[in-house]
Amino acid sequence: MNNHFLILLIAVLAVLGVASVIGYFLKLRARDTGPDSTIENLNARIKAWWVMAIVLAISFMAGRIGVVILFAICSFAALREFLTLTNIKAADHWALVVAVFIVLPLQYISVGMNWYGFYSIFIPVYAFLLMPIISALRGETGNFLIRVAEAQWALMIAVFCVSHVPALLSLNIAGYEGKNLFLIFFLVVVVQSSDVLQYVWGKLIGKHKIAPNLSPSKTLEGLVGGVLSASLLGAALFWITPFNVIQAAGLSLVITLMGFFGGLVMSAIKRDRGVKDWGHMIAGHGGFIDRLDSVIFSAPIFFHIVRFYWDIH
Amino acid sequence: MYFANHNSHGDFILLWSVLPAPIRDKTRPVAGADYWLGSRLKRFIGTAVFNAVLIERKASLRQTNPIEKMATALDQGSNLIIFPEGTRNTTDNVLLPLKSGLFHLASSRPDIDLVPVWIENLNRVLPKGTYLPIPMICTVTFGNPIHLNPKETRQDFLKRAETALLDLHSRDGETADCPI
Repeated sequence: MNNHFLILLIAVLAVLGVASVIGYFLKLRARDTGPDSTIENLNARIKAWWVMAIVLAISFMAGRIGVVILFAICSFAALREFLTLTNIKAADHWALVVAVFIVLPLQYISVGMNWYGFYSIFIPVYAFLLMPIISALRGETGNFLIRVAEAQWALMIAVFCVSHVPALLSLNIAGYEGKNLFLIFFLVVVVQSSDVLQYVWGKLIGKHKIAPNLSPSKTLEGLVGGVLSASLLGAALFWITPFNVIQAAGLSLVITLMGFFGGLVMSAIKRDRGVKDWGHMIAGHGGFIDRLDSVIFSAPIFFHIVRFYWDIH
Repeated sequence: MYFANHNSHGDFILLWSVLPAPIRDKTRPVAGADYWLGSRLKRFIGTAVFNAVLIERKASLRQTNPIEKMATALDQGSNLIIFPEGTRNTTDNVLLPLKSGLFHLASSRPDIDLVPVWIENLNRVLPKGTYLPIPMICTVTFGNPIHLNPKETRQDFLKRAETALLDLHSRDGETADCPI
């Protein structure tokens, strides 16, 4: 286990190192032609990747508690970004105080406790029914359906879906005891590298725009190239998972496609609300949701497929 | 002097937090004495913590001239934050009509820079009457300073100040093209 962790850590650092060197040379080359915003953004992104990789590695070293706390913080930041773009009114204030200060901590505490029966239904059932009650008691009916739907979406996206990443630690797979952190590594690395590879393939050979209204930089070539190469990467990572090569490739295909569509859906919301990024906390990338959108859509599906076929329950 | 829209008690703090430290140290909020002297706790926060210039909002209760008080603070080298709407805006209107205080101050100290500041979203973080904030992204947008033109009437000047604020409000809706 420790051996694997070390190998993966070195591999990630090597990839980031190569990326940084390439970014540096691109910057040098562009010096004659003046500053290039694409290259500057690329370098900002690589720098942010360093920070994200280091933070994730530290949380892995801290074990279950570290991972749960890290993703709870991500949820908090994502919820903050999501709520910023909603129509909520003063009448919803107490419902949202409950969402942020009670629902979010309870969700992560139950994930930390391995309490599947609670964390898998708490937000879709209890929060879903109780939050509109709190809002309704205030008697403000203007845009009521829109407001409660947005609040529920905020919780589902920012808290429920994100919490399925640390929830992978509670899966009980025969012969895989104590190695669940690698499932998180597998999910995060495959999905995030799919994002990066879609970007790279799109920049290199992208021609046909897939969703010009939603996300003008997404191309068919980028999608196919990114998803296939990330699935190959996933297949190559089979040795850290409970899956065989074929299974690892198939699961990678599912989560990278979910990740792609997640990015599309979250872009549609941004377009609707007239913003470019969800926030600005992660330099070069935008907000937490900009970076997490693909993980948000793939994590619950990945969790349930693995639970259905591999978990002993 | 900064003049801003007013939605929440957090407005002072948010504006302070985005100012560079040397400027922040000499920036004082202007606040209503009737409210901030209302209880011992508020008095402590208003005077000891915020170091506010407290002015009497109701003309009938006035013992000192509020314009004089603000002008004195400016003369002593302080920057001021004022909320020319006169109270926190809890209506659905974007901005309440501006009170004349801004004009009187601008005519008593015509060389002072009046910087419009738009504070967005804080009313949703901490609406009037609640005390637990919910997390949300807030923005503070600063505009170019305005000055009272010679012979400008009170109405014209306040209209101009209002426009300066509303311009900032519409500006943060701007969007650029979306990468990934």
